[in-house]
Amino acid sequence: MRNKIKNMSDTSLLLSITIVVFFLMYIGAMVFQGKGFLKPQTFFNILNANAALILMSCGLTIVMIIGSIDISVGGVAALVSMCCAVYLDYKGGNVFVSMLIALAIGVAYGVIQGYLIAYLDIQPFIVSLAGMFFARGMTTIVHTNPFNVENQSFVALKETRIIVPGMGSVNKLGKYVNAYVEIGVIVALLAVLVLFFVLRYTKFGRALYAVGGNKTSALMLGINVKKTKFMAHLLCGILAGIGGYVYFLHVGSGAASHASGAEMNAIASSIIGGTMLTGGVGNIIGTLFGVLSLATIQSIVSSAGMDQAWWTGITIAAMLCLFLVIQSVVIARKTKSLKKQ
Amino acid sequence: MANNNKSGSGFFGKLIHNQIFIPLAALLLLVLFNLVFDPSFFKITLGQNAAGNPVLSGYLVTILDYGSELAILAIGMTLVTAASGGQDISVGATIAICGSALLRVLCGRNSRPDELQAPIIVAFLVACIVGMLCGAFNGMLVSIFKIQPMVATLILFTAGRSIAAWINNNELPIVGDPTFAYFGSFFPGIPIPAPVFIAAFCLIIIFVVLKFTTLGLYTQAVGINPSSSRLNGLNPQFIKFVSFVILGLCVAVAALIKVSRLSTINYSVIAKDIEMDAILAVALGGNPLGGGKFNMWASIIGAYVIQFLTTTLYKFKVSSDALSAYKAVVVILLVVFSAPTVREWIGAKFKKITAKKGVA
Repeated sequence: MRNKIKNMSDTSLLLSITIVVFFLMYIGAMVFQGKGFLKPQTFFNILNANAALILMSCGLTIVMIIGSIDISVGGVAALVSMCCAVYLDYKGGNVFVSMLIALAIGVAYGVIQGYLIAYLDIQPFIVSLAGMFFARGMTTIVHTNPFNVENQSFVALKETRIIVPGMGSVNKLGKYVNAYVEIGVIVALLAVLVLFFVLRYTKFGRALYAVGGNKTSALMLGINVKKTKFMAHLLCGILAGIGGYVYFLHVGSGAASHASGAEMNAIASSIIGGTMLTGGVGNIIGTLFGVLSLATIQSIVSSAGMDQAWWTGITIAAMLCLFLVIQSVVIARKTKSLKKQ
Repeated sequence: MANNNKSGSGFFGKLIHNQIFIPLAALLLLVLFNLVFDPSFFKITLGQNAAGNPVLSGYLVTILDYGSELAILAIGMTLVTAASGGQDISVGATIAICGSALLRVLCGRNSRPDELQAPIIVAFLVACIVGMLCGAFNGMLVSIFKIQPMVATLILFTAGRSIAAWINNNELPIVGDPTFAYFGSFFPGIPIPAPVFIAAFCLIIIFVVLKFTTLGLYTQAVGINPSSSRLNGLNPQFIKFVSFVILGLCVAVAALIKVSRLSTINYSVIAKDIEMDAILAVALGGNPLGGGKFNMWASIIGAYVIQFLTTTLYKFKVSSDALSAYKAVVVILLVVFSAPTVREWIGAKFKKITAKKGVA
């Protein structure tokens, strides 16, 4: 067992810590909180509410693997939902075009930020900070007040529920209710699956890890470092665009304050999922579990009756702190024992 | 003629490679912009405030006044950036914590007391201790547990405003005593805003510290290469820790000004996004965000440039929500023009032009 842990790569070690902690937490919630968490629908509700966060966190994981960062994703999500809301309501347009708008905003963000970061060698933090400012400011310029979208085909898409067979439960009236997920969840899980294979089995995915691990040696291996960086940021931008649309699909309104703090939640879930900001270490499955852990904590806090708003912030921070310290201790121990050998 | 040109480009080249050139050029650009569009921007008038004290008013005074907190934060942020190679994103939340603690001491159990429950100096010292404790917490995570600064400070960033609300049981204490408001407005009889004095005091202190101690040198050494500075007998962990504690102290001073301006606190709004502005000030000063060498004065000028930009935008009736979009455009332009690759490219173009002129 000892040897096995020693021989594990950083990525899988951190991943297994996250998964174990998530299951412990969920089982703990089931035992101590009882009823609510025993229903499968509670879990699906967590998924429904956090599908957008999963997509954004995937994007962040990719840029964090190459050792970069993007804090504009929350702003992009707000911009996407506001632009789509204005388009759908004022122009009475169709849903398909609104999806294209979301994608276009994401691609534009990815291309501009990627170019500035990869080819002009500007600090990613500053570039995406400016990107976040721009997106938030632009959102209020597009439309100042929050409003709900009443476009019928959009509402129909928003209300579409995909029934999960065999997971339903009996409600208070003794009626059987089917468990469901929203379309966004399917999109998010598909993205997770595709990205998992891309990162693990394609040349591009392996180039990402190489660039994040050591730029110089990646260059010597014949990897186009600048192009890889650019592509990672492009991918993050696209995922932020899709994530923004999924967010929009979940809330069905446009507002400048939408997805505020989403970038920090996304970074936090990537870290909890075992991605390291220094680059070269990270895993998409871990990110998925990172988001789930974060969301579970939130729902435990709110269902435990500690409804005063500040408890959520404090518990998430405490958990983040715990994970960070665990990670750093584990890795420090591992390097120590490797050195001894 | 050719000789003249050569020495001219040499001077220009020297200037362009000096770190302080970037914020100064930005400042000059903003001044020119205002001069062209509305020279009344620079008018300063001596008036009287409600209490009958002489006060200076004008856009320039506003910039100096409201730029104080940012300049104070820029001091600490520069040191943290140089030593740890990362940024502290929790300063806004820590300002909320310090401000909340300060008000808690001033107001005691009653949230709306008629008179102060403790002297202001005691409350300020408590705020300083709280700020330094927050800085020590961040510093411990960064130096001992080797967590990247941005991630380590993410913890207080998420929890800070909640902790601030918790300190005062989510009540909004209001200080009625007028002496407390002096720190955010004017001391009676002195027409220059009080925050300017506080900022100047902090700048003098850091000037003396950098001049007469080895703090600056050690910080740079640790930032450039922690392991080689360790081999030279420095303690990189301790220096990183100290830089965070100093930032905590700066935060406490900024919190005093921020809270004093309103005599109350709004946990979710106070000092919102100020961490972004503080980091921007450091970046605008041309300091490498990856740590190492730093130029304190460049960051402080950077802080005032940002305030200059904000005030200019407000003057042109840009709403506070849309402000960030314009700020972002300016930031991107500045950063693009100060990027090494772009500067080299411009330098090459410039040389070509001067060479052609010389031939002609």
